[in-house]
Amino acid sequence: MKKIYISCLLFLPLFMSAQTDIDGIMMSKNNFCVGAVYQHSSWDEYWEGSFKRTNLNLGTVTTQSVAVMGNYGVSDKLNVIFSAPYVETNASAGTMKGQKGVQDLSLTLKYMPIEKTIGKATYSVYALGSFSAPLSNYPADYLPLSLGSQSKTAVLRIMGDYQRENFFSTISGAYIKRANITIDRNSYLTDEVHYTNEVDMPDAVSVNFRAGYRSNRLIAEFVIDNWVTQAGGFDITKNNMPFPSNTMNALKYGVNAKYTFKKIPELSLVGGYNYVVEGRNVGKSDAIYGGIFYVINFKKATN
Amino acid sequence: MKNSITKTAYTSLIALFLACTYSCSDEITERNQEFHALNPSNIDALAGTWKTYLLTTPDEFPLDAPVATTTPAYTREINEIKSYQASITEEQKSIIKYWSAGGVLRWNEIMRTLVARHNRPPYQNEDGTYPAPSAANPFANPQFPFSNPPFAARAYAYVSAAQADALIAAWHYKKLYNRAAPYTVDTNLQVLIPKSTLPAYPSEDGVLSGVTVELLKLLFPTEIAYIDGKADEEKLYRIISGANVRSDVEAGIGLGRKIAAKFIARAATDGAGAAIGTPEIWAQLESTTAAKGETPWISLESPKRPPMLPLFGKVKSFLMTPEMVVASRPVAPPSTKSEQFAKELAEVKAFSKDASKDHIKIVTFWADGVGTYTPPGHWNAIAAETFATQDYSEVRWARNMALLNIAMMDAAISCWDAKYTYFNPRPSQMDSSIKTTTGVPNFPAYVSGHSTFSGAACTVLSHIVPSQSESFKSMAKQASDSRMFGAIHYRSDCEKGLILGETVGNFAVTRATTDGAE
Repeated sequence: MKKIYISCLLFLPLFMSAQTDIDGIMMSKNNFCVGAVYQHSSWDEYWEGSFKRTNLNLGTVTTQSVAVMGNYGVSDKLNVIFSAPYVETNASAGTMKGQKGVQDLSLTLKYMPIEKTIGKATYSVYALGSFSAPLSNYPADYLPLSLGSQSKTAVLRIMGDYQRENFFSTISGAYIKRANITIDRNSYLTDEVHYTNEVDMPDAVSVNFRAGYRSNRLIAEFVIDNWVTQAGGFDITKNNMPFPSNTMNALKYGVNAKYTFKKIPELSLVGGYNYVVEGRNVGKSDAIYGGIFYVINFKKATN
Repeated sequence: MKNSITKTAYTSLIALFLACTYSCSDEITERNQEFHALNPSNIDALAGTWKTYLLTTPDEFPLDAPVATTTPAYTREINEIKSYQASITEEQKSIIKYWSAGGVLRWNEIMRTLVARHNRPPYQNEDGTYPAPSAANPFANPQFPFSNPPFAARAYAYVSAAQADALIAAWHYKKLYNRAAPYTVDTNLQVLIPKSTLPAYPSEDGVLSGVTVELLKLLFPTEIAYIDGKADEEKLYRIISGANVRSDVEAGIGLGRKIAAKFIARAATDGAGAAIGTPEIWAQLESTTAAKGETPWISLESPKRPPMLPLFGKVKSFLMTPEMVVASRPVAPPSTKSEQFAKELAEVKAFSKDASKDHIKIVTFWADGVGTYTPPGHWNAIAAETFATQDYSEVRWARNMALLNIAMMDAAISCWDAKYTYFNPRPSQMDSSIKTTTGVPNFPAYVSGHSTFSGAACTVLSHIVPSQSESFKSMAKQASDSRMFGAIHYRSDCEKGLILGETVGNFAVTRATTDGAE
């Protein structure tokens, strides 16, 4: 068994609402890893459909967030993960007022049914099921400065991990089912005007690949993530406003690192950078994040 | 132990996903799918005598007498209906369900979609100037039109007024020729919509389709294929449902087209084409205001965009003379140097700072900005949903929509007249720390367009459906307040706008009392 005594969250922030713990690491039984992550993400270019442009009436759009996250090892093979971010948005130009508030709670069950070591290589397979729901009634129909989409989501992700000595690669694919949302208008335009305050949110598929170095003390990896909206989305038309059910695609590249202190092995630092390479109806954002995590072993405490 | 964990994990994962998938049922029922088939409580048999807008008389355009229902030619037309009905498809049934709610209603909805699709300001040129949409070259960038609120108000008014005139003419000929509906002629014929004793020739849907299509081609030239598709559906609906034979519909389309031409000719000379102004006029607005010692409006957009349709106040109204426009003009707004102004600016700033969820809901609900059917479209939606419960005949639907939309076009004319008479700044221009929760429209503040449109719409609708006047009033007030909550308008803009709207709305009400329909 791949013994990583203190493993903690390494995640790829994509859309704030879609963070899941999609690394090939499990928390050991009765360990609870808890921490906070700050993220700064900004863009001044965005894609209106496939047309890349700036908008001098927005300037640079910045999203800052602080998320509380935790991961509990129910067993070595089953983890429960949560995250809840506080988000603040701002546009550097124009008159539009930024928003701030608590965004969505996400809960994930991460299960590792298969782990096999053949020679020096360890193969493992994971299944992750997530559910997320908004924690406050922030307006969703306030793009690009809304805090989130208000959509309840269910994610099923299947993941495979391969590790040989200290080098690893992980690939995963997920289907994101998104519930209809309610907006503050009673009609809206997609291709035609719809007379309802309910919006059908298109589902999405996400594929994530990551590889790098992984040891008990240090993890360093690069990540490629591709998020593709499924049927039902539509493009922002020329010089129009964005809408929650727009198609939003993003191909991201990024790097993540985690360092665990030698003297205090319960404590670790995480950090990373990622950027959107190619997108559709999304900002070409650059994001950096950093966080701190602490592991509490409940078994030790009670024994 | 191990097994039970495995089981729990699997079960939880699957249960979680299934529960979510189930709760994420995507089915949405839209309000306009719920309208029932039109079944007028009064067929308005004498509507052929109602007052028209542009037609000199209801028979200004001649319509040939139909063939008698006893002829073999007519029987063949009945057979056409029967042959369609024998192999009716689900798609055809849904077309019938859609259109049977009423032609005026559905064309009004279609138009709201067209307005919303084209309500987008032009994207700037590389050099920071803006291209203007051109009716002569509608497919260029930017496409024609930019259906902003004044354009939309005028468009809704032309279509509604033309529909009213066309249906009054149709009712005239219905009474004159008195040709029965196919289901009355052939009692064995199935009819898929409520029966009516109204004579069938010419078909009201034919007339509506003929007149509306021609006007929409003028107003939304890039959408002709879409518009034609809708017209074909409407025609098919009348025939398949057994409501009309083909010659009822064709005669209606022909008549409608001729009437449209009269409105198209008026539109060419009503001054809307010149409303965009010229760089000289834009500069002059600024210097005239500065000469008065007031702070002139400047665009808050980047790059600075020319003011929206500065000469729209000069567009020729259906009900107001230019003298009436001047006489209705509100008094000047508080001077930017006055104490009153400082007080109002401070109030806007307070709204800008408050984080009230209720306020942002109201702001969003009434925003009706870029990519929407505009405030006049919003009031058309409110009117349509109200009228749908009143069991009006098509001709009364058209008459009521025309009153509403002509009043809102007058609201646009009078409001734009005030805006460019006073050319005053928006709150964020006077205090750049004022952040807004909706876009700042690119034209002067005084008076608020939303307030003027809402005041006019409320006045007309309250006259038409008095039982709901309290509800219209509170909606108009909320629409007006929303602009203060959003921090884009001063209190004076909103209050004086509502009053101006009421003033112009009353011109339409006066007409309503003398048009023969009441």
